Amino acid sequence: MNYIEHVGKYFIMLGQVFKPPQRLRVFREALFREVEQLGIKSIGIISFISFFIGGVIALQTALNISDPLIPKMLIGFATKRSIILEFAPTFCSIILAGKVGSYITSSIGSMRVTEQIDALEIMGVNSLNYLVLPKIIATVFFYPFLIILGMFLGVYGGWVAGLLSNMFTEIDYIAGIQYDFDPYLIMYALIKTVIFAFIIATVPSYHGYYVQGGSLGVGKASTQSVVWTTVLIVVANYFLTQMLLT
Amino acid sequence: MIEVKDIHKSFGEAKVLKGISTSFKPGDTNLIIGQSGAGKTVFLKSLLGLHVPEEGTIVYDGKVNKEMSIEEKRDFRQELGMVFQGSALFDSLNVEQNVIFPLKMFTKQTREAMLERANFVLKRVDLENSNKKLPSELSGGMQKRVAIARAIVMKPKYLFCDEPNSGLDPSTSILIDNLIKEITEEYQITTVINTHDMNSVMEIGDKIVFLKNGVKAWEGSSKVIFKTDNQDVVDFVYSSNLFKKVREAYLNDN
Repeated sequence: MNYIEHVGKYFIMLGQVFKPPQRLRVFREALFREVEQLGIKSIGIISFISFFIGGVIALQTALNISDPLIPKMLIGFATKRSIILEFAPTFCSIILAGKVGSYITSSIGSMRVTEQIDALEIMGVNSLNYLVLPKIIATVFFYPFLIILGMFLGVYGGWVAGLLSNMFTEIDYIAGIQYDFDPYLIMYALIKTVIFAFIIATVPSYHGYYVQGGSLGVGKASTQSVVWTTVLIVVANYFLTQMLLT
Repeated sequence: MIEVKDIHKSFGEAKVLKGISTSFKPGDTNLIIGQSGAGKTVFLKSLLGLHVPEEGTIVYDGKVNKEMSIEEKRDFRQELGMVFQGSALFDSLNVEQNVIFPLKMFTKQTREAMLERANFVLKRVDLENSNKKLPSELSGGMQKRVAIARAIVMKPKYLFCDEPNSGLDPSTSILIDNLIKEITEEYQITTVINTHDMNSVMEIGDKIVFLKNGVKAWEGSSKVIFKTDNQDVVDFVYSSNLFKKVREAYLNDN
């Protein structure tokens, strides 16, 4: 199957996904389950990585500013901008593509190879709608909160790094954070996050739903889904940046 | 009652079903047998509506498969129960949630009514006190029983089973066979089973359809299969020495 066929099949899949849920109470339960699996269970990894990467960005910036004419508050400013513009929305989404993407592909793929999807279809359930729509809603609505948490902890991590290393003062760092604060940049990051969340939910679902072969096929599909999700996030990031910031 | 009239099904150049006609009565345990590649699975999936035959019709109690509207097909699916070869229980749901799932999806019953029905069918398949267990915590035989409970929870008119004995030890196989037979008679369900298990053929085959290369090569009951002189059936059913001896003994006695 060539790439164009995959793209066509992906959009046909989305056509089946975006239909009204057959039973609202079943959909609600599935949605809460997905919020827990895809969102709440990702808080730990996002918090951990954001905090330490924020610290590293602050330290790297401090280490690379040797000119005494450059104000130290630039460290806080650069850390804030790096985290809000790229690290939190893009880097965290790539981490989520690995963690959540492989989970989605393997869980749906396992359902395919063990005939659970056939069982749903025979019952008269729209399996794509039942399996994929709650994942899209859960990621699209929950990931912005996760990314805001990542932003906060990244900036906080930079502040803690400064305190522990004595490479810059708390006053300089906070002044840098407050300097030239543009709320549109937060909006830009959140718009990117929503689109990345959609990619994270749908591309791995596609790979899982149409998996072929047994458990080996599920393993291959998981790897492919992480690769393609990452590629699409990176490409979408480029175009979104050009559209929203230039 | 399911009436199959001259159905044909191909996949590309390969003709898998070549004009099969037969009928399955309610209350009977109907078995489809045949070698691998004979077309059993495609035939079963055609009965389930997962494959659409290019020619011929399948009539379910007067309802013709090709004439059903989308809404009628959706309603019709709720009259089907299916037991898969690997049970196909939903991994993330426990036993009770698996059995309740079709009720939740297609009825507006209260939670209490659904639980009552789930407990009733679980009791019917001799699986009490396992409601909160996940499928991974159950043995193969218990998983099959949950699958049967889930298949009958909506009171289906038609029950389809794909290799219900595969992977089970002989005594559990007999239990599952007997359970399917009892349920079929008790609720007057039209049951169609796809099987390779010759014990099932001998024990519960009210009607047996033997497929060979996509055509119906023979049909009859477990009572007459001993006496058949159809060489294809004899070669397939009595391929083991044990069954050959059983058949010889039967023929000598009669």
